[in-house]
Amino acid sequence: MKKILILGGGTGGTMMANKLHRVLDRLEWEITIVDQDKTHYYQPGFLFIPFGIYQKSDVIKPKGDFFPAGVKVIYQEIDRVEGDQNKVFLMDGTSLSYDYLIIATGVETRPEETPGLNGELWYKNIFDFYTIEGAVALQKFFKSWEGGKLVLCIAEMPFKCPVAPIEFVCLAEAYFTGKGIRDKVDITYVTPLSGAFTKPIATKMLSQLLDEKNIKVIPDFYLESVDNEKKVIRSYDEQEIPFDVLTIVPVNMGSEMIARSGLGDDMNFVDTDSETLRSKKYDNIFVLGDAANIPTSKAGSVAHFAAEVLFENLMNAIENRPLKAKFDGHANCYIETGYGKGALIDFNYDTEPLPGTFPLPGIGPFGLLKNTKINHYGKMLFRWIYWHILLRGREMPIEAHMTMAGKKNDVD
Amino acid sequence: MAQKTIAGKTIEVNDEGYMVDPSQWNREIAAEMAKEDGIELTEKHYEVLEFLRESSAKGETLTIRKVGKSGITDIKGLYQLFPGGPLKLSSKYAGIQKPASCV
Repeated sequence: MKKILILGGGTGGTMMANKLHRVLDRLEWEITIVDQDKTHYYQPGFLFIPFGIYQKSDVIKPKGDFFPAGVKVIYQEIDRVEGDQNKVFLMDGTSLSYDYLIIATGVETRPEETPGLNGELWYKNIFDFYTIEGAVALQKFFKSWEGGKLVLCIAEMPFKCPVAPIEFVCLAEAYFTGKGIRDKVDITYVTPLSGAFTKPIATKMLSQLLDEKNIKVIPDFYLESVDNEKKVIRSYDEQEIPFDVLTIVPVNMGSEMIARSGLGDDMNFVDTDSETLRSKKYDNIFVLGDAANIPTSKAGSVAHFAAEVLFENLMNAIENRPLKAKFDGHANCYIETGYGKGALIDFNYDTEPLPGTFPLPGIGPFGLLKNTKINHYGKMLFRWIYWHILLRGREMPIEAHMTMAGKKNDVD
Repeated sequence: MAQKTIAGKTIEVNDEGYMVDPSQWNREIAAEMAKEDGIELTEKHYEVLEFLRESSAKGETLTIRKVGKSGITDIKGLYQLFPGGPLKLSSKYAGIQKPASCV
């Protein structure tokens, strides 16, 4: 038997297991998936938990429900990959050999990378919303909070889902308006970037949106530490911003397993060819989703589009053809903006988010870089699509490669 | 795209003043660019610039954290060398693209 080993049973790993299991000869290939955690989290849903829109039960299901029967599943922590031996060692001392390896171990938040962040105020006045624990704790806190300075701070780039912090402040604005205490809540968005987003046209649209909502943006702030006593965040060039409640996007890093395997950079992201999605070090290792160091967003939509390219190239490799499929860095993100509205952006390595309609040129139904109700429904429907279509590796009516059809690039 | 004559050499720059072709770079150009922003380059500055050029040539994604771990200086030191925007300014003087950081 030849062996394909998938490390990580999150969004990327689960999609790949489903795609591969459907086409590979079951007498010839053994597919194994390894993950340390039995729970699958619908991570885009974390954002809604602090505001009571979703509860914990809305975003969790057993991972096992999404792995196809016939795929071997091992719930165990991974120690390391030995690429020269084609072997993966697990924490219980056992090892697994492979012909092809897919690394889909994602990213994790690392609050301990910032001095003072997970100190005495952690989960008292400082919360993240990138973990289920943080999102649930914040929901509880907001229920009885009477107002003050709400600061959202992004600690480091890159991080998972670059639009989520913008969505968070927009939803917070709507939430406190609904509670009738918006006038008592001061919302500040603090980012190491020079503006609200990474790309100029989207930044312009999103800056206007934040401005209309009276959300203050402080750009070029690179977080050094959190002072628990004074309740301020401090940057490397010694600016201080006071907070009553701090919602933080902690430093994001790849799995420590990547470091132990000697496969990563200093943020534990695997050195990956941005087009073929193959490891630059080993020809039989592919990298999917957030774990790769490719220059695009760390997001489920990217993992989804990348999975189609990776699948094609893995089949090419197995059948001794050149790796012809090329990933373009395609990302597609709904941006929830509060009051039942949302925006949508669609972009890739070379093309920044542009206004227009999606997926059908001139028709939509979704508006790119526009704040509309239908975009919000798209986001809400997406949870169903995620559980029932996306994770199961089924076809979606959206191309893996970004298209210029429906986009307008003559904006100033 | 615009052309700019600096330190006696004509170079291609984009509308933010970043060099388009890293191979046109030399130390004098870096010094002139920095001088326009009121920064006098020292050997320490050049070490950072060389590190950025090497990392960029290898296709690595540049972050302030990465430069802070380079052993040349720490992040605080980097802010002292290039006040205001360490990575943005140092990338400009290094003749490489403005770091996209993240997308």
